[in-house]
Parts: sequence; structure tokens; C-alpha cells
Amino acid sequence: MVKPKEKKASQICILTVTGRDKVGIIARIAVTMSRANINIVDVSQKIMNDYFVMSLACDIADATLDMPDIHKQLQKIAKDMELNITFQHENIFKMMHRV
Amino acid sequence: MSITVEEIFETVNMTLQQHFDIRTVTLGINLKDCMDRDLDHFCGRIHHRISEKGIQLNAVADRIEHKYGIPITNRRVAVTPASILLEPLPRTQTAAVRLAKTLDSVAAKADIDFIGGFGALVHKGATSSDENLILSLPAALSQTRHVCAFFNLASTLTGMNMTVIEQFGHILKDLAQRSKTGIGCAKVAVFANVPEDNPFMAGAHHGMGEPDYSLNIGISGPGVVKTVIEQNPDCDLTELSEVIKRTVFKITRAGELIGREVAEMMGVPFGIVDISLAATPAAGDSVAEIIEAMGVSRMGRPGSTAALALLIDAVKKGGSMASGNVGGLSGTFIPVSEDAGMIRAVKEGALTLEKLEALTSVCSVGMDMFAVPGSTPAEVISAIIADELAIGVANNKTTSVRIIPVPGKRAGQIVHFGGLLGSAPIMPVAKIASPKFIARKGRMPAPIRALRN
Repeated sequence: MVKPKEKKASQICILTVTGRDKVGIIARIAVTMSRANINIVDVSQKIMNDYFVMSLACDIADATLDMPDIHKQLQKIAKDMELNITFQHENIFKMMHRV
Repeated sequence: MSITVEEIFETVNMTLQQHFDIRTVTLGINLKDCMDRDLDHFCGRIHHRISEKGIQLNAVADRIEHKYGIPITNRRVAVTPASILLEPLPRTQTAAVRLAKTLDSVAAKADIDFIGGFGALVHKGATSSDENLILSLPAALSQTRHVCAFFNLASTLTGMNMTVIEQFGHILKDLAQRSKTGIGCAKVAVFANVPEDNPFMAGAHHGMGEPDYSLNIGISGPGVVKTVIEQNPDCDLTELSEVIKRTVFKITRAGELIGREVAEMMGVPFGIVDISLAATPAAGDSVAEIIEAMGVSRMGRPGSTAALALLIDAVKKGGSMASGNVGGLSGTFIPVSEDAGMIRAVKEGALTLEKLEALTSVCSVGMDMFAVPGSTPAEVISAIIADELAIGVANNKTTSVRIIPVPGKRAGQIVHFGGLLGSAPIMPVAKIASPKFIARKGRMPAPIRALRN
């Protein structure tokens, strides 16, 4: 879909989650994202020997939280659910893996 | 997603498990326009200039760290060489120490751990201001915490200033004796062919060819390089070089991105990416362990120099393809006290002072952060410096020495500096070296390769 012109340019960030699989990981992340008005644009997830591995791309252009606050919320989930969560702007991946 | 899941986790694991970080963002600040014949005016202007930019540097670095999820471990400031700034002022220790204290207090105010540039370029000769700064060094560094000093004592184009090298043996001993661990000497590096845009301490300064501001960045990733080597245990050395090159390419690209963005947000020109592999005392973040992962039984044993040469060549090739702005030292740091693998090698007797010197003939940075007994005579310290700087002069490369004669300690004992500076086993050293050679002083002429026009 073509975005309307007045809309801000997209700011794609990549979130990764790794840890032991349990109920409600995706739900909790998705709720946090939605409350902050962050649009999820792509998800890839699998379970490897009880190990939960997910990468998720989202657009923070219209987010109601800034990066440090998003990090704080995600780190709270990481602590509560004993997971490793990272959240990084996609440019770092583009720079490192695409010429 | 245009980036694959494997690529995402490769990057994520670099920071989570392999200690990949931006080791330092260093802001070079020109202070020449702060010079004054009035010491109070001079110090006031310097304080104002550095505190404003230093606080901004920390704030911007925090924002970028959050954005890209890659730690920016150190935020530092490098200034115009102090001896130049002191030229209009009386040749007194008071003036030099006051400048050091001003730099120290402004660093503390801006929450900057080290501020570099308290030094002089004396590779051919010293002005009276240079001489005053050198004589004031023990007092200045023993009364400050954050100030780092550099001195360029030799260059390929001019030869070696043996008069000042002789003097430095005494100066470093004096400085060491002013603290229990000799920590003052960890804040002084003496150089041959010092680069003007090096972001790493203790040698950082804002060189004479630099603009008003310059944002330089030092990346680091010994753990990342070690991991890819371990993932390729059986490939031949040609292939190993390729593997290292590809990895360094990636981390240099990350450094370039972050450096450019910090510079843009601060409104200052981006300078260089220094691609040096820099160790920390943390487990798995060691250059010596890279060499050992390549197949050398212990750092310092035969094979180490060749392995280090392969490593640094691959690092340079990968890095220079990733960024058009590679500069600074861009070698491999092998500081003894800051690298767990180097410490182990010294303790086991695999790495001696002589082999450390040999290793520096292929890596850029010289004999760094090594401790010797406090009783080591000044002439021996001068002779070690002369040997190391001669390697730099003759081979047209940078070399440096950061030697710590630890008061009251004997060879085999351990000294703890704490934090990033780590701890070091005291290395045995000759009780007599070249007293008559060092006492001759004068200038060793430039080598014939200086005549290249």
C-alpha cells in the first residue's frame, strides 16, 4: 500500500527474542508494541529444542515512546520471562550485511 | 525482511556473546584560539569550550547506543598538544599543573573518563615550553585522574631525540614513585611517528593538521574475530585470512555508521575509524587468545609473530574495504595488563619482554601497559624506549611505549591497576642496559628511507 505523503518516513527496528519457550511471549511483546503505537511489519519465529527464537521487524515512526523507554519496557519483559531481548535500528544490520 | 534471520543473529550475538562494542568515541577539540598570556583567562576559556562539547558528546553517545544496541564503552576528548597551548605563558610548573587540573576538572564535569593531549611533539627538538611541560609531568599527572599524556620522541623523517629519551627514563621513574602502583605511568605514552587522529588513550591528541573539531571512533572486537577463527578450526591460513577480513569488514561498517551519526548529531566533522583490535581484561576479549585460536600454543612462543602479522594484515584489508576513513593507529593492541591472554602468557613464561618487542615490529602500537620492577634504572627504561622507537623509525610505522616501573615490586609479583587498565605481572628486566650509549644524548639522524623525494 502506498503511504500518504504526510506520514513520517518509516523507522524500521529489529527485535530479537531468545530463551526457553513458554506461554505468552509473543502476546506480551505484541501488547507492548501496540500500546506504544509501534506497527509490526514482519515476524519470523521457530522453536529449536524447547528454545524460542524470534526476530521481528517493526516501524517506530509513529511510536509514542522513545528508544530508551522502549528498551526499558522490553528489558522488563526479558527479566519477567527470563528471555534475551534485543532491539536495534535496522540500519546497523544493513550496514554490516549489505554492500 | 531484507535481512535474513541468520544475519540478524550474527550481529546480535556479536554484542551479546562476543563483546563487540564501540570502544571509544573521541572528540578532538582545537584549543589554539583559547591561548592567552593570562593563565586565568586561558583556563576559563578551555573549561567552557570542553565542558559544553563533552556533555553533548555523552548525551549523543547515549542516544546512538540505544538506537543501535551496540555499547559505546568510552566517550573521550582529545585536545591540541598542551605544550603549544602553554607557549604564551611563563615557563613554570604552576602554569602546566594548572592546565592539567583544568582539563581534569572539566573531564569530571562532563563525565569523561580520560582526556588526552597533555603532551608535546619533540621528535627533533624541544622548545622551552616543551621542556617545561616535560619537567612538570610528574607533578601534573600525579595530581590529576583523567588527564593522559603523549610525547612524540622520534619520527622517520627527523630521527630520534635521544636527549629527551634519556630524560624520560628519569621522568617516568619520578612519576611512578608518586603513587603506590605507579599508575601515573599508565597515563603516559611515548611515540615514534604519532598519528594526529588516534582516538585511543593514552596517546590521543588533536593534531596540528586537524579542523576545529573532529569525531574519531575506535571499534573493537577481539571476541568476534576469535569466534570466527574457532568456527574454522581446519582451514588453511589463506582461507583464515579471508574469514578474518570478512568479519572485520562487518564490524568496521558498524563503526563507520555509528561514528558518522554521532558526528552529524553533534554538528562536527567525522574524522576516522580506528580499526585496531583492542582487548579488555574481560574473558574472551583478548588478542592473545585470537593468536592461540589460530593454533599457537601460547602467545609469545615461536609462531606468535607470524600469526600476529597475518591477523593485522587481514584486519587492515577488511577494514580498509569497509570504510574510506580508516586512520589513527589501526593496528592490533597487545597491552599486557589489559589482556587476560597476555597476562597468562607472561605468568607462564611464554612471553618475555624481548618477544613483546619483536611482536610490536608487526603490529602498530608498541610495547603497551607492561610493568617492570620499581628498581629498574632510568637508563634501562630509556634504552627500552629507544629500542622500541627505533623499530618505528626504521620501519616507517607508529610504535609506542607505556612502561610502568612499579615502586617496591619485584619481578614475578602482580600489580593491580583496576578497571580497564587491568593487572600486570612484573616482568624481569636487565639491571644494566646501555648507560654510556644513553648518556651520549643528541639526535639520532633520520634513516636513509626518510630521503624519499
